[in-house]
Amino acid sequence: MAFRAAVITFPGSNCDRDMAVALEALSGEPAIRVWHGDADLPDGLDFIALPGGFSYGDYLRSGAMAAKSPILRAVVAAAGRGVPVLGVCNGFQVLTESGLLPGALMRNAAQNFVCKTSELEVTSTASPFTRGFEAGQRLRIPVAHHDGNYFADDATLDALEGDGRIAFRYLDNPNGSRRDIAGVLSENGRVLGMMPHPERAIAPAAHPSMGGDDGRKLFENVIESLVAA
Amino acid sequence: MKIRILVRLKPGVLDPQGRAVHHSLDSMGFEGVEDVRIGRMIEMDAADGTSDETITAMCEQLLANMVIEDFAIEKVDAQTEPA
Repeated sequence: MAFRAAVITFPGSNCDRDMAVALEALSGEPAIRVWHGDADLPDGLDFIALPGGFSYGDYLRSGAMAAKSPILRAVVAAAGRGVPVLGVCNGFQVLTESGLLPGALMRNAAQNFVCKTSELEVTSTASPFTRGFEAGQRLRIPVAHHDGNYFADDATLDALEGDGRIAFRYLDNPNGSRRDIAGVLSENGRVLGMMPHPERAIAPAAHPSMGGDDGRKLFENVIESLVAA
Repeated sequence: MKIRILVRLKPGVLDPQGRAVHHSLDSMGFEGVEDVRIGRMIEMDAADGTSDETITAMCEQLLANMVIEDFAIEKVDAQTEPA
């Protein structure tokens, strides 16, 4: 099966290449690179990734300008057709700013940039991204961000929890996110935003302190979900 | 015409930046500061007659994030504004 994945690059994206490398390593197909100013996405996509970085220099608010860029209209339309969309780090910020996911990502509660390996717990397995995990499974995935403090009002958080839309929680909340939320799913489970970087955890490291390959499974889950579909 | 837009965190949304500045003011010896909240001010030169609806739409769709922020719009009178 040819897995057609697109990685969107905004001015200031810096994890787009990592994302493309991860997707190619795990699917065997090169990812299609798409520029933010393009009005249209390639046809027949199986997957869209919004990478990490500092799109538009984080001007105004992280992800705010990218969320209004021409390509995002096409991404919103594709998400509406059920194409799986993964936003990592700045990509998560773009997804909340675009309205594809609820809530907002604010400055880390301690004000500092965090760059470390975070411990996550898989909270929901009801999505193409998380279907192959066990509920409660622990993952070690790197985080690197300044604005990762997930905020939504209590009613929204209650609804997200009630509907099984929390994909991942931090075991070591590094940024003050409400209810330790590290990743959020859309209503239909086909859009995932997360602050940790699974694309940076696809190969076993020389030493455990340098990370590992806990991110592989997330991409494999999506690829397998398309075969199963 | 000149428009000034004040974007602020909604009441109840934690403002870690304001808290850090409050802490600094306290540690510098300034007394009596109850709370500090930090927002953003946007000044815009727009065509005369730009409607309130248009300015509000700009705020709601881009300038403020309605999940966490409120905004206030002020039309600045160039005659009385100090240069």
